[in-house]
Amino acid sequence: MKIEKVPMKGLTSEEYEKALKISWKPKLQYAWDNGIAIGKYLQGLKEGKLLASCCNRCGRIMLPVRSFCELCWRPTDGEIAVNDTGVVNTFAICHVNWDASRLKPDEPRHIPAVIEIDGASKGQGIMHVLGNVDPAKVKIGMKVKAVWKPVAERVGSIDDIRFFEPY
Amino acid sequence: MKERVGIVGIGVTGFNSVSPSLSFKELTYTAAVKAYGEAGLHPKQIDSFITASEDFMEGYSIFDEYVPDQMGAVMRPVHTVTADFLQALGVGCMMINTGRFTTIAVEAHSKASNVKTLDEVQAFALDPVYLRPLKENAKFVAGLEMKCFLEMTGNTEEQCARVVVKNKKNSQKNPNAAYGAELSVDDVLNSEPISTPLKRLDVSERADGAIMVVLASEAEARALCKNPIWIDGIAWFSGNGNLWSRNIAEADYARLAMRKACSMAGISDPRKELHFAEICDEYSYKELQHLEALGLARKGEAGYLTESGVTSLDGDFPVNPSGGSLGVGHTFEASGGMKLYEAVLQLRNQAGARQVKDAKRCLVQSWRGVPTATGAVAILSNE
Ligand SMILES: [Zn+2]
Repeated sequence: MKIEKVPMKGLTSEEYEKALKISWKPKLQYAWDNGIAIGKYLQGLKEGKLLASCCNRCGRIMLPVRSFCELCWRPTDGEIAVNDTGVVNTFAICHVNWDASRLKPDEPRHIPAVIEIDGASKGQGIMHVLGNVDPAKVKIGMKVKAVWKPVAERVGSIDDIRFFEPY
Repeated sequence: MKERVGIVGIGVTGFNSVSPSLSFKELTYTAAVKAYGEAGLHPKQIDSFITASEDFMEGYSIFDEYVPDQMGAVMRPVHTVTADFLQALGVGCMMINTGRFTTIAVEAHSKASNVKTLDEVQAFALDPVYLRPLKENAKFVAGLEMKCFLEMTGNTEEQCARVVVKNKKNSQKNPNAAYGAELSVDDVLNSEPISTPLKRLDVSERADGAIMVVLASEAEARALCKNPIWIDGIAWFSGNGNLWSRNIAEADYARLAMRKACSMAGISDPRKELHFAEICDEYSYKELQHLEALGLARKGEAGYLTESGVTSLDGDFPVNPSGGSLGVGHTFEASGGMKLYEAVLQLRNQAGARQVKDAKRCLVQSWRGVPTATGAVAILSNE
């Protein structure tokens, strides 16, 4: 069936305003405790370092920092700084914003990507976005490097890295 | 129950007003390590995992995606139950009773201190058509329940205050409790009104903490553990969800769950056959209302039992030896778990200064909080 044949009609804004309805705007606010692992990781970002946790049993170097190895079921054995370079594991080119509104044709596309970090174990990546790159040229396996915010602007958030760019 | 289920390991963190040093994952991990350690099991040896959680309390939707790591349950079967811990425990018992699972881990935690708009989350549980437009703080539900309960049964505000005094006193002997205090009845009666007759000190305060329990089939429990604690009966019920047409004075859900759990456990006279109880006291009057609904006190008698010391730690039938939610802190979905932990310690004779003498059988009860009429009952024993 063609969509035009479906017997339905949307309400105009005026009709919607007049319709009987119930609405509710929740005020939900949270401030999650970072605890040990997330706290160390975010502090590392503030200092311009990507920190990874080591597990001496399985030998993995894991990102981001965690206080226990979820596979070996034991505490991790400390953190090391890994490189701020990596390889694009996968990516998407997004044409819509967080709120589902469409990007204008001249706005740069968002390119979220899983980046496997150099110096961490195989498969250990972080999620970030790519920048300074033509979306058409992005490829799985592409080498990228973090572009950090200036020290004074870093707050201890994954946003302390502006994006990853090819190098 | 088809076959009773054994508790072969249990672990908790302490309960505190805040817990900034640990993330929710680290909090659960701490409890899980203790529970698995007691059971002598690596999580790989556990057949399935359950977390009791409420997305609005976590601040995540589809929170089940965020629970495997800290339970050692990566690449394993996991699900969440949006209810109190005791209901999740009941699900675990049912899974074992299918014969398809031998061991189950059940977890709950509270990071209530991380919810900056706790009252808004409570208000979000109110019906959007018939209740929210009235714009009343959700605690009004407790106020009107308390009013109706006291009026219909003859229990008094002073007797409710005695529940607060008793539970905060008990919790002074509980190293895991956050809100122990030496209060007088007048302190409670003179605390600020919230939703009269409900006063500030009638209301338990939020706490953070985590609990993990390892369940095993009867045969497996005997193989794993010298002194398993047995779940002889467990049930949950919902009363009428509509606040405006429910039996507001009486906790129907508790009465029904108790009847079912007792029949599973083969108990006919709970007051004689059980030795103590850990029951929901999120608000002071709830302890009295629940005592009557559970058949542990006659109608109008619960306040008197409190006043005359029957429900005190050294009384004939101690109620909330842990200190309850009033003394330990209110841990939302983990509430039934906090109480179950106390029951297990008591039945193992490990409750230290607050040990109930010769405790062999008890009940644990939970309620889902305002505005609900839902709750669970578990009957436990040590032989
Ligand atoms: Zn490992």
